[in-house]
Amino acid sequence: MRIMLNSPDPVPEGDEAVSTTGPVVLSARDVSFAYGAELVLERVSLEVRAGEFAALAGPNGSGKSTLLRILLGLLTPPAGAVTVFGTSPHDLRDRWRVGYVPQRPRIAPDLPATVEEVVATGRLAKQGWWRRRRKADRDAVDHALQAVALTEHRRKRLHELSGGQQQRALIARALSADPELLVLDEPIAGVDVESQRLFRDSLVHLVQVHHTAVLLVSHELGAVAEDLDHVIVLKRRVLFDGPPSELSATGVSLGVHRDDLPLWLEELV
Amino acid sequence: MYGLPGMPWALPWPFDRSYMQLALIAGVVVGAAAPLIGVFIVQKGLSLMGDGIGHVAVAGIGASLLFGTSPTWTALVVAVIAALVIEFLRARGSATGDLALALVFYGGIAAGVVLASRSATNTNLQPYLFGSILTATANDVWTVIALGAVIVVAIGFTGRALLAVVLDEDSARVAGIPARALNAMLAVLTAVTVVMAMRIVGVLLVAALMVLPVATSRLLARSFRGTLLGAVAVGVVSAVLGLFAARQWALAAGGAIVLVAAALFALASIVAGARRAGAQADSLLAGPH
Repeated sequence: MRIMLNSPDPVPEGDEAVSTTGPVVLSARDVSFAYGAELVLERVSLEVRAGEFAALAGPNGSGKSTLLRILLGLLTPPAGAVTVFGTSPHDLRDRWRVGYVPQRPRIAPDLPATVEEVVATGRLAKQGWWRRRRKADRDAVDHALQAVALTEHRRKRLHELSGGQQQRALIARALSADPELLVLDEPIAGVDVESQRLFRDSLVHLVQVHHTAVLLVSHELGAVAEDLDHVIVLKRRVLFDGPPSELSATGVSLGVHRDDLPLWLEELV
Repeated sequence: MYGLPGMPWALPWPFDRSYMQLALIAGVVVGAAAPLIGVFIVQKGLSLMGDGIGHVAVAGIGASLLFGTSPTWTALVVAVIAALVIEFLRARGSATGDLALALVFYGGIAAGVVLASRSATNTNLQPYLFGSILTATANDVWTVIALGAVIVVAIGFTGRALLAVVLDEDSARVAGIPARALNAMLAVLTAVTVVMAMRIVGVLLVAALMVLPVATSRLLARSFRGTLLGAVAVGVVSAVLGLFAARQWALAAGGAIVLVAAALFALASIVAGARRAGAQADSLLAGPH
C-alpha cells in the first residue's frame, strides 16, 4: 500500500484516539453487496459510538452510497449484518433516534413548500406521522431552525434559498426529531464557504453539547477535518479505520482541497 | 317549486332547478376533492395518472354494461386494481412511469370499447367518457359525497406524511413513514377520484380537474398548505362557474368546468408573471448601494 500526499496543507492537530467508551450506536459486520456481478462492498465492518464525530470517506464509486443505504435499512445486504442501537434497522421502533440528511439534489426541486414545512416533515418521526402537531413539535421545529440560523427564512420556499441554506434546512429537518445519531450524505458538495462554516459549527455543537453521534459520508471533509474523532476510508472495502491522527501519521492530510481525498485514494490501492 | 325536496332555502338562477342543485353539489365535491389528490400526484411527476386510470375505468364501465352490474362500483374495482398494478410496476422500477401507464391504459380503454360493443343494452359509453352531470340522480350524488368524504378524511390523516414522501422517499422511510403503503394508498385514492368524477366531467377530462387547479395554485401560493387550499378553491370555483356557463349557454357541463379551470390557470399565469416582473424591478431599483 502506498499513500501519496497531494496537499501541502498542515496536518490537523488535536486529534484524539477513536472513542471506545461510548456504546456502539451503529455497526456493520462483514457486509458485502454486489450489483449483478459487480462487487461494490466486500466484507465491510465498522462501528460508530455515541457522541462520536465520524466520517465515512472515499472517492465516487467507492461504495459509500450503497453502504449508507444498507446502514439506514433502505437496502438489505445478502451477506453480513447491520445493527442500529443494537437492533436491525428494520426492527428499530424509535425511528426518530436516527436522523438522515440526504443529498440536496434528491429533494424535489420545485416543491411548493416553505422552509418551515420542510423542516416540520422531519419531526414526523417523533410526533407520529398520523398525529397533529403539538406545541412540543412546533417548539422543536423552531429550535431546529434557530440551530442552523434559518429562522428569518422560514416562510420562504425551499428553492428560493441558496444551496448552502437549503443544505442547512435539510439538517434542521433531521434535527427537529432530536436524533441520537445523525447521518449526512455528501452535505458539503456545492456549499458556499459561509454555509460550510455554519454547517461545521452546528455539527460540532451537536456532538459536544448534545452528545449526538454524527456520521458524515463524503468525498470531501475539508470543513470538518479538524473536528473529527474517527475516519473510515472506504474503497469497496475498508482501507483505513481509526482516528485522524493515525491517518495523518501516515502522511495523509484530510486537507481542505475538494479533490484531495479522491486523488490520494487513487494511489492507496 | 323546482328545487330539491328538503332543501332549506331556494337557490337563485341558474341553480333553481333540482337537477342543477344535484349537479352543484356533485361539482363542488369533485372540484374540492380532485385537487387534494392532484397536488401529490403532480409533485410525484404523475400528472397523467388520473387520465390513464380514467382509460382503465372505461373497461369497468364496459364490463358493467355487459354483466348488468353497477357502472360506478364496477369501474371503481377495475380502476383500483389498475392503480395498484401501476404503482407496483413503478415502485419495482420494472417499467418506467410513462411506459407502465401506457401499457395498462390503452389495454383498459380497448377492453372497455370491446366489452361495451358486446353488451345487449343500448347504453353507450358517452356519458362516462365526457360526463353527464346534469343527469346525475340523488343516488349518484350520494355516491360522490361518500367517495369525496373518503378522500378528505384520508388526506386529512396522511397529508403531512405524504408531503414527507414526495419531498424525499428515502428520508421518509428512514423516519419510519410507511412510504410504500402511502404510495399505494395515493394510487387507490386516484382511482376513487377518477370514478367519483366520472359522471361529472367524464373520464377523458378527469385528469384536468386533478391537475389544472393544482397548477394554478402553485403559481400563486407560497406554502404547501396554501397550494393545497388554493387548489381546492380553484376546483370549487371552476365547478360553480362551469355549471353556470353550461346553463347560460347550453354547453356540455364537464367541458365547461374544465375550460373554466384552464382559464383560471391562464389568469394566474399572467398574475404570477406580473408579480415576478415587479419583484425583479424592485430588486433592480434597490440594487447595490
